[in-house]
Amino acid sequence: MTAPGAYRRERLDRGIKVRSDDIFALAGWAELVYLAGPRVAAAVLLLVFPLLRNWTGDYWQTVFLVAVAMMLAAVSWAFLENVGLVSLGHSLFFGAGGYLTAIAVLDLRLPPLLAVVCGTVVAAAGCGVLLGPVLRLRGVYFSLVTFALPLLFARVIEATKILGGTEGLAGIPGLGSLEARQYLLVVGLLVATFGLQRLLDSDYGLVLHAIRDNDLSVRASGIPVGWWKFGAVVVGALPATLAGAVLATHYHVVGMSAFALDYSVLPLTAAVLGGPGTMAGAAVGAALLVPLSELLRAFGTLRVVAYCAVLVLALVSVPEGLFSLVRRRYHQFERWVPL
Amino acid sequence: MVDRVSKQFGGVRAVDGVSLEVRPGEALGIIGPNGSGKTTLVNLITGFVRPDNGRVLFRGVDIAKSSVEARVRMGIARSFQTPRPFYRLPAFRNVIIPLCSRRARERLGSGFGRREEVALDLLEEVGFERDAAAVTKPASELPHGYLKRLELARCLALDPQLLLLDELFSGMSPAETASLIPLLLRLVQEGRSLVLVEHRLAELFQVVGRVVVLDFGRKIAEGHPAEVMTREEVRRAYLGGEVSASA
Ligand SMILES: Nc1ncnc2c1ncn2[C@@H]1O[C@H](COP(=O)(O)OP(=O)(O)O)[C@@H](O)[C@H]1O
Ligand SMILES: [Mg+2]
Repeated sequence: MTAPGAYRRERLDRGIKVRSDDIFALAGWAELVYLAGPRVAAAVLLLVFPLLRNWTGDYWQTVFLVAVAMMLAAVSWAFLENVGLVSLGHSLFFGAGGYLTAIAVLDLRLPPLLAVVCGTVVAAAGCGVLLGPVLRLRGVYFSLVTFALPLLFARVIEATKILGGTEGLAGIPGLGSLEARQYLLVVGLLVATFGLQRLLDSDYGLVLHAIRDNDLSVRASGIPVGWWKFGAVVVGALPATLAGAVLATHYHVVGMSAFALDYSVLPLTAAVLGGPGTMAGAAVGAALLVPLSELLRAFGTLRVVAYCAVLVLALVSVPEGLFSLVRRRYHQFERWVPL
Repeated sequence: MVDRVSKQFGGVRAVDGVSLEVRPGEALGIIGPNGSGKTTLVNLITGFVRPDNGRVLFRGVDIAKSSVEARVRMGIARSFQTPRPFYRLPAFRNVIIPLCSRRARERLGSGFGRREEVALDLLEEVGFERDAAAVTKPASELPHGYLKRLELARCLALDPQLLLLDELFSGMSPAETASLIPLLLRLVQEGRSLVLVEHRLAELFQVVGRVVVLDFGRKIAEGHPAEVMTREEVRRAYLGGEVSASA
C-alpha cells in the first residue's frame, strides 16, 4: 500500500566513495581522513592495547593475544574461501604451525623467534604439499578432506605416540615477553589483513577468482591452475600457522588440542559473522567472538548455548555480516523520499 | 600435425585413427556432422583430452603428454564451442586473465600496468569498439555473438602460433561473421596456423583452402572445399545430419 504522503527510504553512495572506487581523486584532508580513518583507527587500537596492561590487567591482555591469533586464523580462512577453497579444518594449519615450531625449538635448538618464523613458513608449505593432491577436488569434497585431516592427525599422534603423544610437546621457551608475542601477532595481522586484501584486488586475485569460477578457461588461457592453487593455499595458510606458532610459545606446550575442532569452527564463524568476502570482516568477527566467549564463561556449561544464541541471532538479523553492514552505512547516506 | 590419434569414451570411438597436418600460414577447416569427433580432436590437440594412442606433433615435438598450459606456452590456443567466459568479470577483465600467462607476458609485453591497455586493443581487434559500453559490461550481460568474440580475444591474447576455433561462427549474425573474416585471413597471412571447426560452410570456405571431413570419428575425406563437397561419401555423411542453411 502506498498511501499518499508515504515515504520510502533511499540509500545513496557518498560522492567520495564513488570517486575513490575508480579514480583516486582526493579533495583535501577531510576526504583522506574519511577514507583512511577506519583502518588507521583499527591499527592504532591494536597497537595501543598491549600498552594498557596496568589498566586492563593480565587476564584481558591474554584474551587479546588469543583474540589476535584467532583474527589471523579467520583472515586465513576468509582468504581461502575467497578463492573457492572452503576449509572445514583450519586447525590443521594452526596445529602444524604449533608442532613445527616446537620441533624447531626443542629438537633443532633454534632460538624462539627463528623457530616461530621457520615453523610458520614450513608448516604453510607443508600443508600446501599435503593438500596439493586434493586441490583438484571441487567445493564440498575439498571441504570434507580438510575436515578429516586434523582429526586424522590427532588420532595418529594419539595412537603412535609420536610428537609426545597425548602429552604433547612441553617445555617450549616463551618468545620474549607477553608484549613481544602480542606485537608479533599484531604486525602479522596487519600485514595479512591489508596484504591479502590487496592481493585479491590485484590481477593475481582476478586470476584466483577466475580459477574458482571457471578453471577450464583459465587453463585454456595458459595459466597453470594447479600451481596457482598451491600458491594460494601456502600464502593463505601463513596467518593461521603464525597464530599456531606464537600460541605454542605462549603456552609453552603444544598438544593434540591444537588440532581440535574449536580452531576449525572459530575462524569460520568469525568470517561469517564479520562478513564473508573481506579480510577485515573476518578479523572483526574474530575480534568480537573471542572476548564474547570469555564474557560468557560466567554462564558455566550454558556458555555454549549462549554463544550459539548470539551467533544465530547475528546471522539472522545481519546476514551480510556485521563488518559489511557497518561499512555500507559508513559509505552511504539515507534519506526519505516521497513515493 | 596429428598422426593416427584415437580416443575412446566408454564404447564410443570419438576419434578413430585420424591424421592431419596444418602448416604455418595455412588455414584448415574441419567439418562433419554433430558428434563426429570434431571437438574431441580439438581437445586432443590442445591437451584437454589425452589420446589413447597416436602422436600429436607440434613443430616436430611430440606433445601428446604435455599439459594444456605447456602447449599454450608453445603457442597453441583454442576457443570453446560453447563460450566459457568469466561471467562476473567485465569483458576487458576477461582478457586480462590470459594476459597474466607467461606466454602473453613474453610475447605481448603484458607486464604489470600494461594489461588493461593490451586488453582494450585486443577487444577492438575482434570488434568491440573502444569505450563502447560492452567493454565494461559483465560478461553475463553480453549477447552471444559478443561472447564468441570474447573467446577469440582470449585466444589472441596468447599470441598463438596454432589457433583452433571451435564453431566460432555458430550463433553469430552474418554481419558479425563478415567482420571477423578479414581478421582471420590476416592471422593466416601473419604465418599462423588456423584450424576452424565449422558448420557454416559458406563462411568457412572464404577462409580455408583445405578441409578435412570427419564422420563417426574417422577422416572420410580431405581436400579442396569445392571438390570435397561433391564426393559421394561426404554427401552421405551429411544426409540426415544437419548442414547449416548457409551451406
Ligand atoms: N568427455 C566425453 N565423455 C564421453 N563421451 C564424449 C566426451 N566428449 C565427447 N564424447 C562423445 O564423443 C563423440 C564425439 O563428440 P564431439 O567431439 O563433441 O563431436 P562434435 O564436436 O563433432 O559434435 C560423441 O559421441 C560424444 O558423445
Ligand atoms: Mg563440437
